[in-house]
Amino acid sequence: MDLLNAIVALLNFVVIPATAYGAQLALGALGVTLIYGILRFSNFAHGDTMAFGTAMVILFTWLFQSMGIHLGPLPTALLALPFGIAATAALVLGTDRAVYRFYRKQKAAPVILVIVSMGVMFVMNGVTRFIIGVGEIRFDDGARFVINAGEFKKSTGLAEGLAFRSTQALTIVTAILVVAALFWFLNRTRTGKSMRAYSDNEDLALLSGISPEKVVAVTWTISAALAVIAGTLYGLDKSFKAFNYFQLLLPIFASAIVGGLGSPLGAIAGGFVVAFSEVSITYAWKKVATYVLPESLAPDGLMQLLSTDYKFAVSFAILIIVLLFKPTGLFKGKSV
Amino acid sequence: MSRSSNPYQDDRGNKDRSITREGKGEVDSTRKSGSTRPAPGGPFLAAENMTGGYGAADILHDCTLTVEQGQIAVIVGPNGAGKSTAMKAVFGMLNLRGGHVKLDGEDISELTPQDRVARGMGFVPQTHNVFPSMSVEENLEMGAFIRTDDFKGTMEQVYDLFPILKEKRRQPAGELSGGQRQQVAVGRALMTRPKLLMLDEPTAGVSPIVMDELFDRIIEVARTGISILMVEQNARQALEIADRGYVLVQGANRYTDTGEALLADPEVRRTFLGG
Repeated sequence: MDLLNAIVALLNFVVIPATAYGAQLALGALGVTLIYGILRFSNFAHGDTMAFGTAMVILFTWLFQSMGIHLGPLPTALLALPFGIAATAALVLGTDRAVYRFYRKQKAAPVILVIVSMGVMFVMNGVTRFIIGVGEIRFDDGARFVINAGEFKKSTGLAEGLAFRSTQALTIVTAILVVAALFWFLNRTRTGKSMRAYSDNEDLALLSGISPEKVVAVTWTISAALAVIAGTLYGLDKSFKAFNYFQLLLPIFASAIVGGLGSPLGAIAGGFVVAFSEVSITYAWKKVATYVLPESLAPDGLMQLLSTDYKFAVSFAILIIVLLFKPTGLFKGKSV
Repeated sequence: MSRSSNPYQDDRGNKDRSITREGKGEVDSTRKSGSTRPAPGGPFLAAENMTGGYGAADILHDCTLTVEQGQIAVIVGPNGAGKSTAMKAVFGMLNLRGGHVKLDGEDISELTPQDRVARGMGFVPQTHNVFPSMSVEENLEMGAFIRTDDFKGTMEQVYDLFPILKEKRRQPAGELSGGQRQQVAVGRALMTRPKLLMLDEPTAGVSPIVMDELFDRIIEVARTGISILMVEQNARQALEIADRGYVLVQGANRYTDTGEALLADPEVRRTFLGG
């Protein structure tokens, strides 16, 4: 029995990757939940907004790299982030003007807006692939590791290595900062409060002098910013592939619904619930079990509940379980 | 959303709450205001000869409502008489085919509801009249959204009027009792410092004790010089505090007099007040 090695293995293969992934999902789910709470429909184009935004960030990263601008140990993408957000916000606001506003004027039923957002999704999907291509792109530069597995083994003398990549550290730190800023904005500023008022009661907000068009524009901008940040962090942590973001839509929606649609706090909790379930169910526990259990009980198999190919099934399963037993999500959402 | 013939509003029965959310507003926020005209003289609020409805059929027929400054006017009548509709018409939430609305010497018939708020109208809808997830204090802040000056003083006045709200100011309005919620709703409307306060059945669903309490507060508000136009189900109690009473039947004025006179009128008593 070797508890220390077991803990290190657990941290290395489950806790750290799941925390980083959870932070990415949480940021994505926040954008979805904001649109749902304020514009009252599920935005299926969110995944492809992430893809488009990340593509923009990559283009700006390449531009800065060609100009010889670097951020030292931090990835250059961080510098490109504001430009990517600006480009994506412009696209999203343009889409709102050209597409969604028409349906808003008609007071279209929310389910119609969902279908409209699907159309937008396909267009954005195509545009993104047209601009940046369909292949896999790695765009992280700067320092690779905060904690290196080899050095960790050498300095601690443990059999297990612990790797903490800088992109993972960056993801977690950025997510905390962004979430704190968002909550401050929604709860403390006049514009943020007017967004919550509009979400609660559109007519009363209008009669209180809150301009609906302004609320809508600010909401789109924030959700675009969240999408670009989440997409870029995901791309830095893994790699960029336009189609991956389309697939990411499912765990993102699962996170938002698990937490309670319309509840920002729920989106964060949901992101981590989904990420930890996904990682721990698809992880082969043999190594950790071998360390913890007595030798006679050591497992022969991999102790992997599901192959990683099925990781999206986990999101689906969680989604269905939550909808069956707690339709409003973990935090009281607005879905009922 | 089935009333309308607009195909965009037809959700074909799809109520999947995990992808869509109900509760969109009904007021058209894209409409623009027309111009106002000076119309000096006459009562403080004069909504005269209003005719119109939501669709093709008229609900209001030549309906007239007036309120003098600092007075309380009450609209009573049987169910479906068009009481709430008349109030919505005054507030601009209804397309009028005929008639006009004048406030403080100005013809505001062409203004949108939100612009009427800016001109000094305060409106408390019958239901959905608070922001449920926001705290009491935030509700009041949102009421003062159009104000650019310091509204702390007005907030103190609202707290003086409804001391319970000060106690509960950090609590979400959706968690309050019915009576307290109505107080938040009235307080929110008072935050704009309106000249005319319109209340659509402020005592609906509250206990008789709370109702008396609310009526007392409404009298207090009127004493500060704010005119009040109110629709009420509890006709007898409402007419007792009314300077002016309107009995509406099928969208038209049936009896108009002071509250006292209406209460004394045997005809009104027999037909509307139950003897």
